[in-house]
Amino acid sequence: MNGVHDLGGTHGHGPIAPPAEEPIFAHDWERRMFALFVPAFGGGHFNVDEFRHAIERMDPVHYLHGTYYEHWHHAIETLLIEKGAITREELDAKIRQLKGEQ
Amino acid sequence: MSHDHTEPPADIELRVKALESLLTEKGLIDPAALDELVDTYENRIGPRNGAMVVAKAWSDPDYKARLLTDATAAIAELGFSGVQGEDMVVVENTQDVHNMTVCTLCPCYPWPTLGLPPVWYKSAPYRSRVVIDPRGVLSEFGTSVPDEREVRVWDSSAELRYLVLPERPDGTEGWSEAQLADLVTRDSMIGTGFPKIPADIQ
Repeated sequence: MNGVHDLGGTHGHGPIAPPAEEPIFAHDWERRMFALFVPAFGGGHFNVDEFRHAIERMDPVHYLHGTYYEHWHHAIETLLIEKGAITREELDAKIRQLKGEQ
Repeated sequence: MSHDHTEPPADIELRVKALESLLTEKGLIDPAALDELVDTYENRIGPRNGAMVVAKAWSDPDYKARLLTDATAAIAELGFSGVQGEDMVVVENTQDVHNMTVCTLCPCYPWPTLGLPPVWYKSAPYRSRVVIDPRGVLSEFGTSVPDEREVRVWDSSAELRYLVLPERPDGTEGWSEAQLADLVTRDSMIGTGFPKIPADIQ
């Protein structure tokens, strides 16, 4: 897909500024998101190409602003719903439930 | 509506939690297995694996030859194989060529040998610029490569992963593989840096 993810050779993204050290996961939710990938993928709900394509299909602005694990979250949530493993309604209900508990 | 933000949406934490909770209720995932996975990739699989491959290649010319011909098999000899390392190609740095790796599209990274990629590798600045201005990128890393040396950039495809075999530092004759592995940095296997030299660790 000829989307904005095809970054090679494009200009204007600023300095790389690599830090000397950084943690593997910046937030705990990133850890959980990383971990969710393996069973979601291993459970046969989607393959790696579909996963990448789900990221490539993201809204371009959302893609460019979003971090790596945000991309993963978008892809996995999208694919699980598209494949019928979960429904949007169930997920929204769960989010409301957890919000209510906070 | 456009907005500038470098922080993820405020409710991302909640949404991830909701996803995990829902999938657990449906029996599609096992949270204990998730914890194990996180531990594996956060604490156990990392660049030390790749460093051992490099150290062996430096010590054993036959292994090096196998590594350059069929990297996947040679790396698997050391027990490193699996997810995101299914097809490996090793590219050798010499006096004439300096190699760098990138995945401009996603990015892909050889997990079994290097663990999980650093944030900079996954981000737009590196992915966009290294294929058109590798020497500029090297200088951002404080790494300088002589002008006469060719810089080659390898862009991973969906299945193929590259690992750079850096040049063995001088003054390491007779060193054991474990000692040599201590010199091999993650960045030297991506191509944005060189291995340490003996003076660095003494």
